[in-house]
Amino acid sequence: MGWYNKRLAKSLWVFHASGSPCNNCDIEILDLLTPRYDLERLGIKLVGSIRHADVMLVTGIFNKKIAPRIKKIYEQAPKPIFVVAIGTCVSSGCCFKDSYNITEKRETVIPIDMYVPGCPPKPEAMIEAVAKLVGVLNG
Amino acid sequence: MIGMILFHLLVFPGMLFTAIAGLLVGWLDRKVSAWFQFRVGPPLLQNFNDFFKLLGKETIIVKDAVKSVFVLAPLAAFAVLTLIATIIGMALFYNLGFAGDMFVVMYLTMTFSVMVILGGSATGNVYSSIGAGREMKLLLADELAFILVFLVPIVKSGYQVQFDQILSYQQNAGAIIGSPSGIIAFIIGLLCIQAKMTLAPFHIPEAETEIVEGPFMEYSGPLLAFWKLDHYMMYVIFPFLLVVLFLGGFNLMGLGFLWSLLKYLAIVVVMIIIKNTNPRIRIDTTLNFFWKYASPLAFIAVILAVLGV
Repeated sequence: MGWYNKRLAKSLWVFHASGSPCNNCDIEILDLLTPRYDLERLGIKLVGSIRHADVMLVTGIFNKKIAPRIKKIYEQAPKPIFVVAIGTCVSSGCCFKDSYNITEKRETVIPIDMYVPGCPPKPEAMIEAVAKLVGVLNG
Repeated sequence: MIGMILFHLLVFPGMLFTAIAGLLVGWLDRKVSAWFQFRVGPPLLQNFNDFFKLLGKETIIVKDAVKSVFVLAPLAAFAVLTLIATIIGMALFYNLGFAGDMFVVMYLTMTFSVMVILGGSATGNVYSSIGAGREMKLLLADELAFILVFLVPIVKSGYQVQFDQILSYQQNAGAIIGSPSGIIAFIIGLLCIQAKMTLAPFHIPEAETEIVEGPFMEYSGPLLAFWKLDHYMMYVIFPFLLVVLFLGGFNLMGLGFLWSLLKYLAIVVVMIIIKNTNPRIRIDTTLNFFWKYASPLAFIAVILAVLGV
């Protein structure tokens, strides 16, 4: 599968799902996809439908209402799919950790392959995460 | 004989040539679009990577979908485009045609839109249905102007309905674009092609930001790969069609090769410039544009051609 993984590493299509964030990470993701950072040179493209996606970006604390929906979106994706968690919220809950509606174990809702900490993380940090993902795929 | 037909259909100028050239020209489209936005743009083989990646992904057949139509629509669309590419390519590269091949091409271009409509409606998704409906309206809008554009070379060449005869007429009497009626028809033809390929400003059926790629929303894996390939193949087919009808075909000997390439690239670059400098227009604006302005202008071009201008 080495040959296929190399093709996959050169054309990661990104779908952006927000699991009840404060919207700050989402704005940073949109910044990431602007001409200034030009992710198309790495073959990365934002797609609107999860059926086309190879990478699913998730943000936020996954509150009890959104968690089943995030799971449903993940199940609709064609495999192989990688999940990249953007922001500290997904890993530790950040400032919402004492919230009454937070999902306790977010990694049990969907399997998460990679965490990008930061509140919000800089676009540069996200590019580094993507580069690491590409490095893993290339072996 | 059968071997030659299969070679022309599957290798040159049919499936393989059109697919490879289409993916390369698709890269040109993305690169020029990137330059428009002061970006670097994707590497040369990006579209090949995308295509092979999609071939290896999982295919999800939606539970609500009409399975046979859902699976067959992209493959049938691919077959239709291969056939158009072969017919136009045979006229262009080998100077061969058959009686009425222009009508066959007219019908087949329409069949492609019908396949998009069928594929979109078969998914059982609301956005896809909206996209399919919009594709139908777009077809209603551009079809009349598109057929009128075909009529101008037919009239000009003394009522010939074969590509090779139109080409031989242009070799004797100069390219059809040299006449006033030819110029009008060429411009309208360029806009019709923009609509046929659903490029901006006529990307109403796909509308990524609005109805999420419309008819193609539920497709994944190899089936999506074929839809993408279909789109890029049209970057070869439709400019070739315009070259045959208006620009006097290709001359592949010596320096003529560069001139032929220039003709083709000029059409493609104009299409990319139109694509990058226009926002998406509404469906009623599109209908207005094609029925009130483009079709009457094309009709005037036909009348001018009949008068011999």
